[in-house]
Amino acid sequence: MHNNALKNKSLVASRFECAGDSGADHVRSLLTTSASPIANSDVPIDYRTEPSKYHHWSLKFDGAVATLAMNVDENAGLKPGYKLKLNSYDLGVDIELHDAVNRVRFEHPEVRTVVVTSSKDRIFCSGANIFMLGVSSHAWKVNFCKFTNETRNGLEDSSEHSGLKFLAAINGACAGGGYELALACDQIVLIDDRSSAVSLPEVPLLGVLPGTGGLTRVTDKRHVRHDLADIFCTTTEGVRGQKAKDWRLVDELAKPAVFAEKVQQRALQLAAKSDRPADGKGVSLSRVERVDEPDALRYLHVTVDIDRARRSAVFTVKAPVGPQPETIAAIEAAGAAWWPLAMARELDDAILSMRTNELDIGTWIWKTEGDAAAVLASDATLLKHQDHWLVRETIGLIRRTLSRIDVSSRTLFSLIEPGSCFAGTFLEIALACDRSYMLALPDDAVRAPTITVAEANFGLFPMATNQSRLARRFYEEVTPIEAVRSQSGVALDADAALALGLITFAPDDIDWADEVRIALEERAAMSPDALTGMEANLRFNGKENMATRIFGRLTAWQNWIFQRPNAVGEKGALKLYGKGEKAQFDFNRV
Amino acid sequence: MQSGINYSEKIPNNVNLSEDKTLQRALEHWQPNYLNWWNDMGPESAMQDDVYLRTAVSVEPSGWAQFDHVKMPDYRWGIFMNPRDEARQINFGENKGDAAWQDVPGEHRANLRRIIVTQGDTEPASVEQQRHLGLTAPSMYDLRNLFQINVEEGRHLWAMVYLLHKHFGRDGREEADALLQRNSGDADNPRILGAFNEKTPDWLAFFMFTYFTDRDGKFQLCALAESAFDPLARTTKFMLTEEAHHMFVGESGIARVLSRTAAVMNELKTEDAAKIRAAGAIDLETIQRYLNFHFSVTIDLFGADESSNAAIFYNSGLKGRFEETKRDDDHRLQGQTYAVLSVVDGKLVDRHVPMLNGLNEVLRDDYIKDSIGGVGRWNKVLEKAGIAFRLSAPHKAFNRKIGALAGVKISPEGRLVSEVEWAVNEKNWLPTAEDRGFVSSLMGRVVEPGKFAGWIAPPTMGINRQPVDFDYVRFN
Repeated sequence: MHNNALKNKSLVASRFECAGDSGADHVRSLLTTSASPIANSDVPIDYRTEPSKYHHWSLKFDGAVATLAMNVDENAGLKPGYKLKLNSYDLGVDIELHDAVNRVRFEHPEVRTVVVTSSKDRIFCSGANIFMLGVSSHAWKVNFCKFTNETRNGLEDSSEHSGLKFLAAINGACAGGGYELALACDQIVLIDDRSSAVSLPEVPLLGVLPGTGGLTRVTDKRHVRHDLADIFCTTTEGVRGQKAKDWRLVDELAKPAVFAEKVQQRALQLAAKSDRPADGKGVSLSRVERVDEPDALRYLHVTVDIDRARRSAVFTVKAPVGPQPETIAAIEAAGAAWWPLAMARELDDAILSMRTNELDIGTWIWKTEGDAAAVLASDATLLKHQDHWLVRETIGLIRRTLSRIDVSSRTLFSLIEPGSCFAGTFLEIALACDRSYMLALPDDAVRAPTITVAEANFGLFPMATNQSRLARRFYEEVTPIEAVRSQSGVALDADAALALGLITFAPDDIDWADEVRIALEERAAMSPDALTGMEANLRFNGKENMATRIFGRLTAWQNWIFQRPNAVGEKGALKLYGKGEKAQFDFNRV
Repeated sequence: MQSGINYSEKIPNNVNLSEDKTLQRALEHWQPNYLNWWNDMGPESAMQDDVYLRTAVSVEPSGWAQFDHVKMPDYRWGIFMNPRDEARQINFGENKGDAAWQDVPGEHRANLRRIIVTQGDTEPASVEQQRHLGLTAPSMYDLRNLFQINVEEGRHLWAMVYLLHKHFGRDGREEADALLQRNSGDADNPRILGAFNEKTPDWLAFFMFTYFTDRDGKFQLCALAESAFDPLARTTKFMLTEEAHHMFVGESGIARVLSRTAAVMNELKTEDAAKIRAAGAIDLETIQRYLNFHFSVTIDLFGADESSNAAIFYNSGLKGRFEETKRDDDHRLQGQTYAVLSVVDGKLVDRHVPMLNGLNEVLRDDYIKDSIGGVGRWNKVLEKAGIAFRLSAPHKAFNRKIGALAGVKISPEGRLVSEVEWAVNEKNWLPTAEDRGFVSSLMGRVVEPGKFAGWIAPPTMGINRQPVDFDYVRFN
C-alpha cells in the first residue's frame, strides 16, 4: 500500500510544509481563513449518517479484518471557517467514526479486528483541527471533546466486552488527537520510514492539553515512564522509530515495504483473541427515524419535549408494546427494529442531539412510560442470550448510552409517576440521575407508581467506573445492596423504594406538583458551571479508573486551561496558533 | 578507517574544529558513515577517477575555489561559515533589533532543527538522484560539472550536519545520522520531500533540475541567510557561493542544447520535430514540455500559499524573505496582506491573505521573477540563430500539487480548462513517456576530451580558464 503510494507520488511535497519528519509539523501546517466564532445554534447538528454519506472515512471488509481508513475531505468541515487539512478532524469526522464503528459492531459480526489507518500518503492523522478549535465557543469545544472521548472509550469498551479489537496502523505522521485515537486501540503499529513520528504537541504548540485521553492513556494504559512521558508531551516533533517502541508509545515498528503485511499479521493475531462469530447474521442499521419539531424530538420509543421557558426537557422512554422476540431467530428477524436495539439507538441520538443543539436546556427530566413487565421480559431475553454476539452488542450499546447520561453536563432528575415503568434496564436511568422523585399514593395501590429492581441492575450495565449504579449508589456496602437484592422482582412503591434508598424523595399527591416545580425552578436558577462541576463530582464518587480520570481529571484540567487567557486570550497560544505571532503568557503559576 | 583525523588537513574549516571536542566526537562517528554513504550512494563507477574539482579551503575569495585533480572519496569536504559580524542584529519579526542568536533558543529548537534537517536532507538526496548520470554524460566537461555539483551537495550536507552537531546535542547527532540513513526513492527510508525521491532520468532533466530546482535551493538559502540564528545565516551565505555554479550548469546546459537544436534546424531548414529528432537533436517542443514540468514541480517546493509555518518561521526570526534587508518596509508585516491565487466560480482570482501566512507565496513569486530571467536568456540563443520559436515559463497555477491550486486544471497560459481538455492536451504540455524515451535514447556516454554528444553544443569556454578539451576527468 505504502509502496505504491510512494511510487505514484509525483513531486508533491513541499520544502517546509508537507511530508515532514514529525506529526507536530503536520499540525503546524494546517491552514485557515479568518472566520467568526462558530455559533452553536446555526444549523442543528445531526448525528445520523451512513457509509454512503461519509465524507471522511472508508470501510473495507476482508473476513475477520475490517479496515477503517481516514481520508478527510478538507473542504467538508461541519462548519464554515476552517479547512480540514492533513487528516485533521472536527465533530463531523468523529460522527462518521462513531457511525462506522457501530456498523462494524452490528452489521459485520464476522469482523474481529478493525484496522484504523489512513488512506492519505504519509499522514495518519494530525488530530483535532486547530483552527476549528480556535474559532469555536468553549461549549462547542467541550461538547466536541466529550463526544470524541466517548467514541474512543467506546473502542476500548468494545474490545473489553464484545471482543472487537482495534489495531492502529500508523502509516505516516500522527499528532495530537491522531495519536490519541491510536492510543484508544488495543495495539499500535508505527511505520518506520525514519520520518513518521507519534506526538502529543498540544502543550508546546498550543498551550493546551492532549485532552482526548492522551495524557492519561500514555501513563495508565501504555505505562510510559512519567519522565519519558514528560519529554514526549513537550516535544513538538514527537518520537519515531525504535525510541517510540522503547518508550512503549507503540507496540511494533514496520518498514514501509512490510507495513501492510505486519499490520495484517497483527490484525489476525488480535482476531484470534476474539470470539465474534464468522457466521453471524449482521443486522443492518436502518436510519433512526426522528420527527423534529420546534420544541420536541419524536422517535418511536423516545420523546424529548423541551420547555424553553424553564430551560428543561423531558425525556420519555417507552417500554416495548406487544409480543417481543424471545429467540435468537426472532431477534435476528426483527433486526434493527428489535426494541432494545431500536430504543437504545434512539436514546443515543436524543442525548447527542440535546447535548449539541440545546445548550441552555440545563435540566433533563427523565420519565418512562409503559408496562414494567414488558421491560423486565425484555431484560430476561437480554440476559438469557447475553452470550450471543447480537445480544451482547445490544447490551453494549445500552451500556454506552447509559454512560452518556452519566457524563452529560446537565442536571438529571427522574420523575417516577403513574404509568411509568422504571424496572430493570429503565431503573438504571433513575439510578443515573442526580435526584429521583417518586409519587407516593399510599391510598391508591392501583395508580401508585412502582419501581422494580432486577438482575440487570447488578452489573449488566456498568458505569465508566466499572461498577453498577447500585454499587456506586451504596459505595459497594454489602448491607444496603443485599437489602435491595432481596427485593429483586418486587414492585416497590414509593415508601418501600425510599426505605431502600433507591429514590431521593417520595412526595404524595398533595405535595407533588409544588415539590417538583420548586426543585426544578431552584435548580434552574443556579450557576450552570457550578452545577456541572458539582454533579460530575457527586456522580463519580469512589472508585477511579482510566476512563474516569479521562472524563474527570483530564477533562477538568483541560476545561480550565481552555478558559484561561494563556490559551484563549487575545494573545493566547491557541488563539494565535498559525498566525505567526508568539503567545504572551501570564507566567504566574496558579 | 583512520583512527584519528587530522582535522585541519582532512576537513578544511573555519570553525576551529581542532579545538572543539564536542564537534570532534560527533564527527569521528559521523565521518566514516558519510564516506560509506558516499561510496554506496555517490556517483556510480567513478570513485577511482581523478576529477578536476574545485575545493573550498577558506572563505576568502582566494580560498574557496582551489582547483586540482582529486579522487572524489578524497575530496576535502570542509566546514565553512561566512565571518561573524559581531554587531549583527535580527532584521525582521517580533525580535527585530535584538542581537542575532549565537546559540539556539530553547523555544525555537524544534523549528530550527526541522528547517536544518529538511534543508540537509535535500543535499545528499540530489547526489543520490543523479548517481547514474555519469554513465550517460554527453562530454568529459559535463561529467566534471556533474561531479563538482555532487561533491558540493555533499559539502552542503556537511554544513547542515555541522549545525546539528554543534548546536543540537544528542538530538542533533541522531538527526545527522538519519540524514545518511534515508535514501532517495527508497520505499523503506525515503527522503523527506517527495520531489527528492524522484529519479533524475536524463541529462535534459538534470539541466532543468539544476536550473530550476537548485534555484529553489538558492531562494531557500537566501531566506535562511537572513535567519536570526547567526550560525545558520553565516553557513547558508557561504553555501550560496557554491549554488551559483550549479545554476550556471543548468542555464548553460539548456542554452547549449538549444544552440545545438537551432543549428540542426537551420541545417535542415525545418521546424518539424520528427525531422529534428531524426537528426539526433531535441526538438524545442520537448524542451518546452520539460521546462513546464520542472518549473511547476519546483514552485510547489515553496509550500502552501497560505501557511502557518511560514508565519511562525518569519515572525520568530527563523527564516526571512529573499533579500530581506534590502526591502523597504517594517520587516514585521503584522496586519498586511498578500494576494494569492485561487479558483472561485470557475475563475482564477486573487485572494488576500495575511502577509505573514502568505510568505511562501512571496518567496515563490520572487523565485518566479528570477527564474523567468533565464528563460529570456535561452530565447536569446534562439533569436540569435534566427529561430522564431520562443520558450516560456508556464503560468503559476499550471500543474500544481500543493496549496489552493492543487489539482486545478490550468493550461500553461493560465486558462482554466475542463478535465477533458486537460486529458487531450496533457501530452502537449508535459513530457510524455515517449518524449522521455526519445531523450533517453540520445543518452550515450561521450567522454573523450573535447568531444560532445550530438544533441548538445560545446561550451564557449572551459572550467577555470582551461581549454574545453582539457582532461577534466582522468579515468583509472
